[in-house]
Amino acid sequence: MKQRRFELLVVGAGPAGLAAAHAAARRGAKVGLVDAQPRAGGPVWRHDLRFGVPAAARAQIEPLGAAGIEWLPGHEVVLADDHTVVADHADGAVALHWRKLVIATGARELMLPFPGWTLPGVTGAGGLQALAKQGWPLAGKRVVVAGSGPLLLAAAATLRRHGARVLGIHEQARRSTLHAFARRLWRWPARLAQALELRARLAGVPWHAGSVVLAAQGDETLRAVEVDCGHGREWIECDQLAVGWGLVPNVELARLLGCALDTTAVHPVVRADARLRSSQADIHAAGEALGIGGRDCARIEGAMAACFALGDERGGEALRARRDRERAYAALLHAHFAPGADAHALATADTLVCRCEDVPMSAVHAHADPRQLRLVTRCGMGACQGRVCGAALRELRLASPSLSPTAVRPPLAPVALAALADGPSDEPEQGNDP
Amino acid sequence: MNTLVLSVDGVPVEVPDGASVAAAVAHRGPVFRRSASGQPRAPLCGMGVCFECRVRIDGVAGLRACMLLARAGMRVETQP
Amino acid sequence: MSARSRHDLIVIGAGIVGAACAEAAAAAGLRVAVVESGAIGGGASAAAMGHLVAMDGDPHELALCVYSLQLWRRWAAWPESEHRRCGTLWVAREDAEMDDVAARVEALAALGVRAEALDARGVQALEPALAAGMKGGMRVADDAVVYPPRVAWRLIEAARAGGAQLFAGARAECLVDGGVRLADGRVLHGPVLVATGVAVPELLPELPMRARKGQLVISERHPPLLRHQLIEMGYAAAAHGADAASVSFNVQPRPNGQLLIGSSREYDATGTDISLPLLRRMLQRAIAFVPALREVRALRSWCGFRPATADGLPYLGPVPGRRDVWVAAGHEGLGITAAPGSARLVIDALLGRAPALALAPYLPDRAMRGGA
Repeated sequence: MKQRRFELLVVGAGPAGLAAAHAAARRGAKVGLVDAQPRAGGPVWRHDLRFGVPAAARAQIEPLGAAGIEWLPGHEVVLADDHTVVADHADGAVALHWRKLVIATGARELMLPFPGWTLPGVTGAGGLQALAKQGWPLAGKRVVVAGSGPLLLAAAATLRRHGARVLGIHEQARRSTLHAFARRLWRWPARLAQALELRARLAGVPWHAGSVVLAAQGDETLRAVEVDCGHGREWIECDQLAVGWGLVPNVELARLLGCALDTTAVHPVVRADARLRSSQADIHAAGEALGIGGRDCARIEGAMAACFALGDERGGEALRARRDRERAYAALLHAHFAPGADAHALATADTLVCRCEDVPMSAVHAHADPRQLRLVTRCGMGACQGRVCGAALRELRLASPSLSPTAVRPPLAPVALAALADGPSDEPEQGNDP
Repeated sequence: MNTLVLSVDGVPVEVPDGASVAAAVAHRGPVFRRSASGQPRAPLCGMGVCFECRVRIDGVAGLRACMLLARAGMRVETQP
Repeated sequence: MSARSRHDLIVIGAGIVGAACAEAAAAAGLRVAVVESGAIGGGASAAAMGHLVAMDGDPHELALCVYSLQLWRRWAAWPESEHRRCGTLWVAREDAEMDDVAARVEALAALGVRAEALDARGVQALEPALAAGMKGGMRVADDAVVYPPRVAWRLIEAARAGGAQLFAGARAECLVDGGVRLADGRVLHGPVLVATGVAVPELLPELPMRARKGQLVISERHPPLLRHQLIEMGYAAAAHGADAASVSFNVQPRPNGQLLIGSSREYDATGTDISLPLLRRMLQRAIAFVPALREVRALRSWCGFRPATADGLPYLGPVPGRRDVWVAAGHEGLGITAAPGSARLVIDALLGRAPALALAPYLPDRAMRGGA
């Protein structure tokens, strides 16, 4: 198996990971940046094949080689051992040895089950945005955007740019909640400006508050969605439903590495101290993995984590004030946009909650113990290993396979048995010296 | 914009260079695979988490189409 | 705080063995209580391969397996069992491993178990995916695979339908005179049957039990590759061996298309983390037998703790020196196979009926005499 050695390995090349890698490289550390995707940027700065990425993203992504960062795209970390991770790649697995590691694994979209949510044509809001940027056919397609949070506006704007007919945006939060949120935005003027700009770009797209998609209907694919706007229900014919309920941190790698999680909130985050250090001495974390905080928070924390990991206390501390501001904004977002009771009550007994093993909600209710739920119903035992159903069940405050202490096991993603059978030290080290 | 041609279930599909395999499959049809009980499925999350976009590419099964860039001459097979 | 409840039998532990005991007892008309601190079927039963096998390493072990396999036919009909009679194919990589095959076939036949010896061409024809150069093997066509956690669940449901009371999420803290005290202070009164596997010494310190950690890997659903559960000829020797860490080859095609690969054994490894080096050894051995496994995609690995007594036989029967305390535990890697037989033997003994097998080899007395 090929080997690489780094002083600092950054896992995840979104805004947090990019910032960490650059900060580390500027301090002269031999740094590796690894991501499962073929391009850097994470979901936030996903390369749009028609429109590229924002300038801020280009400034981080283009100079990776010039900055002396070893960039490993298409490498998915699947195994963790002492100061080593094994990443799967199309050409075979690679062992990455590190002295320090920064977890910048970001977040995924929270999906909540509702009748018809498994139909082709139903995606996450961020999900369809990502697909669109990578060429998903949307020209002339009728799209309904629903769920909750600012991501809906950003997604709708992208979809429109790619030729979709956005029939409407259905925001679950009530008008009064949104006004309360807007009134607090004066503290973050850039955010306010951003929100207004997005609204302007979406002029002409009907926008509804206090509105929830109840069901999706179709035979083999989506035909129509049922919406409750607060003043009655109606069916809307459409080709795509992009429904998002906010984000959930990706903590699987942290768990595999033995990092403690903080489970006080509904969705676990990596527990870290004031210096962004996890419970494992040589592992730091930054960005969404520490709790949903957004892009700007991720950038600052990425740099902070690298500073602290490399012993630059002053550099890390210098970023603290900005970081705290960003985290405060995140708290505000969460307070106003978390899915409400309506969203929690969408699934019926027949609605599948585990898509990988086709397990309905009715099966879930029979088991209070999360392990028993998994073992008896197979909920969480399929390809996604409980990532989708686990987060949904946690959100719904039900027993969730992800609550089991042994929820995360190697490999983190399916990988040829050869990668597990071949040891890291089977081949001599390639190229780079420490 | 440059385009490239690959095949999806034996049918040639033309997509822009930089498109994902998922986009190419979607150009051909909406169904990517069948679930454990035979239901039609297509991508949900767009970022490699949900595994609903798995297809066979050049003989290798179980690959997530949303994580891979389309390449000229690729043979993609869904399991509808 | 002790509610005055009286049961005819309190089964502690709802793994497949405890669940089987509860079901048998309830079916016999006893008022049963079941105490389980975690998930039903969530201990070794969940980690197990679910291989129903006539394991012929030891005559007493084999007798228990054969008896139990007959009783398994009733459970095999349940959809929860996900039972598939794929048979076991024992495979020899070395000529020496073929030496006792004829004797094994004969011994199994004497107990009514269909087995046939195969030469090199024979095993290859049955399983083309085997690496070239295998020397031969033995096929036991009636062996099967099942999914144990759901069987345990069904057994508990059956017991409850028969009037059993389930104390879920309750931990048995210690045995008291005439019953058991739970961690929450409640006391249950009645004869006790300890079926807690690896945790037996917590309630019965006089019965030695060691945890023998095992690791497994399951694959994604895969087009058909194997027909039988494959197991290497020397498997029983590894199971009875004393090595601190050992691997032995077996691989199982599950009905839904996933492949389950084992096995490893570690004494005195208490952590629940997966040891990657031992996993590697196990997989390298598996790949040596079935090269195509290299390309099969692993979905998940896990580990469990087999309850191991010194002689490898379970403790079945009354616990000497205690009144109205029974035990059914310590099956090492055969708990799934031996569950219905073990339950039947112990419940029969408890009810004063003559058990189908003499209990003597399995009685816990032997451990306390230093004989186990």
